[in-house]
Amino acid sequence: MDPLNAIVLLANFVIVPALAYGSQLALGALGITLIYGILRFSHFAHGDIMAFGTAIVIMTTWGLQGAGITFGVLPTALLALPVGIAATILYLLAADRTVYRFYRKVRAKPMIFVMASLGVMFVTNGITRLIIGPGEQRFDDGTRFVFSVRDFREWSGLAEGLALRSAQALTIIVALIAMVLLFWFLNRTRAGKSMRAYSDNEDLALLSGINPERVVIITWAIAGTLMVLAGTLYGLDKSFRPFTYFQLLLPFFAAAILGGLGNPLGAIVGAYVVAFSEMGITYAWRRFFQHLLPDDWAPAGLMQLLPVDYKFAVTFAILVLVLIFRPTGIFRGKSI
Amino acid sequence: MSINFRNIALFGAMALALILTGMFQSWTLSLTIINMCLISAIMALGVNIQWGYAGLFNVGVMGFTAFGGLAAVLIAMPPVSEAWAAGGFGVLLGLMLGAASILAAIMVWQRMPPGKARVLALIAVLVLGYTLTRLIFAPAATAIMRVNPATEGYLGGLGLPVVLSWPVGALFAAGLAWMVGKIALGLRSDYLAIATLGISEIVIAVLKFEGWLSRGVNNVSGIPRAVPRPVELQTRDWVQDLATRFGFSNAEMASILEKLGYAFLFMLVLAVLIWLSEKALNSPWGRMMRAIRDNETAARAMGKDVTRRHLMVFVLGSGVCGLAGAMMVTLDGQLTPGSYEPLRYTFLIWVMVIVGGSGNNWGAVLGGFIIWFLWVQAEPAGRWFMDMITSGLASDSLLRTHLMTQAAHTRLIMMGLALLLMLRFAPRGLIPER
Repeated sequence: MDPLNAIVLLANFVIVPALAYGSQLALGALGITLIYGILRFSHFAHGDIMAFGTAIVIMTTWGLQGAGITFGVLPTALLALPVGIAATILYLLAADRTVYRFYRKVRAKPMIFVMASLGVMFVTNGITRLIIGPGEQRFDDGTRFVFSVRDFREWSGLAEGLALRSAQALTIIVALIAMVLLFWFLNRTRAGKSMRAYSDNEDLALLSGINPERVVIITWAIAGTLMVLAGTLYGLDKSFRPFTYFQLLLPFFAAAILGGLGNPLGAIVGAYVVAFSEMGITYAWRRFFQHLLPDDWAPAGLMQLLPVDYKFAVTFAILVLVLIFRPTGIFRGKSI
Repeated sequence: MSINFRNIALFGAMALALILTGMFQSWTLSLTIINMCLISAIMALGVNIQWGYAGLFNVGVMGFTAFGGLAAVLIAMPPVSEAWAAGGFGVLLGLMLGAASILAAIMVWQRMPPGKARVLALIAVLVLGYTLTRLIFAPAATAIMRVNPATEGYLGGLGLPVVLSWPVGALFAAGLAWMVGKIALGLRSDYLAIATLGISEIVIAVLKFEGWLSRGVNNVSGIPRAVPRPVELQTRDWVQDLATRFGFSNAEMASILEKLGYAFLFMLVLAVLIWLSEKALNSPWGRMMRAIRDNETAARAMGKDVTRRHLMVFVLGSGVCGLAGAMMVTLDGQLTPGSYEPLRYTFLIWVMVIVGGSGNNWGAVLGGFIIWFLWVQAEPAGRWFMDMITSGLASDSLLRTHLMTQAAHTRLIMMGLALLLMLRFAPRGLIPER
């Protein structure tokens, strides 16, 4: 019986990674949910545009590193972020001008928007691969750990160790700041309020003199910023590969739907639920129970509910449960 | 049906492109393209049934195709008796237990009165079911994968003729679609899209990691063929005779004949499918489907059960995709779960349907042909294009070498542009719905 070690073990392998992963998902799902709330369609190009923005950040990072500029203990990619964000926002606005605006004007069905976003996805996919190639890239530098397993063991004297990688800490902090700023913007500023009004009732918002095109531009700008943040943090924490970013689409949507499409707070909660379930269900719990149970009760198997390869299945199962039992999501999103 | 010269001209131009490919590149390449064109056309037909007839948005074509492809392995490969002895019974029993516990859970949910007791009973059934299934299934699966892992390590199939796997593949995909449709249909239209996106990733994960079923990433190769191999054909007198007459080498002639054999089989399937689809589209059923697509509320007011009809069309369309998947695995002679990627197997099919003309069966077929042809030919074209625009740079310049190595990806951009431009300027496609 050793609950302290059990908790440290859990924190090291489930809680800290899931918090970081959940924060990355939250940033992505927020973008999905905002675009859904304002522009009223499921943005399928999200993952690929995220990859595009991250590719720009990576190229800029390499450029900076080549010029001998680094950010000390922090990853250089943070310095490159503004470039990536600016490029992504410009890209999104260009896509809006050339593609989506026309369908807005003719008031096309949501499915047509989704189809158009597939086209944008295809093009973005090609551009990203043309810029940086389809392979895996690592671009983290600076110190790797805030504290490592060994530091922790020496400090606490416990058998199990806990590490906090700088990418994880950075993810959680940056995501927290981004979320606070976003909610401050939505609730306190004039532009944010006009966004919420437009999302709640388009006709009424138009009547009260809100400029819809301006709302749309602000939405793309916020979504673009969130995408690049999510993509860069994910890349720092794990690694960058265009296809992996495309595959993040599923957890993004699962999180957004779970929280209720169009509801920002819901998207954040949904993201952490998805992340913790994915980590918890694919984690081998044997050692945890070895610490917790008397020796002769210790489990023989790995105590892993599903192999890691099936983490999509976890996301999908969450999605299915939501669709069956509460299609509007936990926080009552826009529609069924 | 009046003769439409524009459509004939479009198909004629496509045929000309394929003939030119044969003349200037090689006939084997041309036939390879034709075979995949035919399969693509069938996939596009399947998606068209869903999108064109009913407005259902399926982004999991890859999953249904791959799942149909699994049928080719399960039907045609010889059974591995040693593996069956090692764990066949356990795996089957485990699967049955798993299905039974899900059924039991559904029963509990439907039969018991709402309340805490129901939730507890549901959780109890699921936990018990999972534990039992896992206890029986896992050791059996491991035992199977230990049998000759280098060449076998899976249960094998039934050893039946491979052509039989085509309808079976359709049934596989249709069954999967039924389950997905039951969950996601009747809700917002985007939800089906997201659910299919998820299920397709899961199908690929199952094929990749359930070694006892599909050998996973080790691939199943040497699936029995539907037509004789070129090696066998080569030795026949009449083949050698033909070879001398047309001026090919023996090997080349045999390979051409093999591909022609497949093309003939595929064309047969495509013809039957088009005939059936045209009949369906022009029947009261087809009119009902279009009525539902164009105005769900009105159709509901007329007493049509929209969700049920949607489920039916979704199952039918996915079945056609599964059929195409089994055909494709037959043509390749191998199942390679690692090669399935959504851009190629889902979104490219969508481009085919949109470009060809959604709601029109001939349009979908034409789209399948044109887009596959472009997809294959765009790779050298992209390289040529990159070569041209960078020709001003020195041949060892970094930018030039980079762009040249990544040139193949320009075809993704081209396909995306094709989709966007068609959607914007000719949303009804090359052959519009009548």
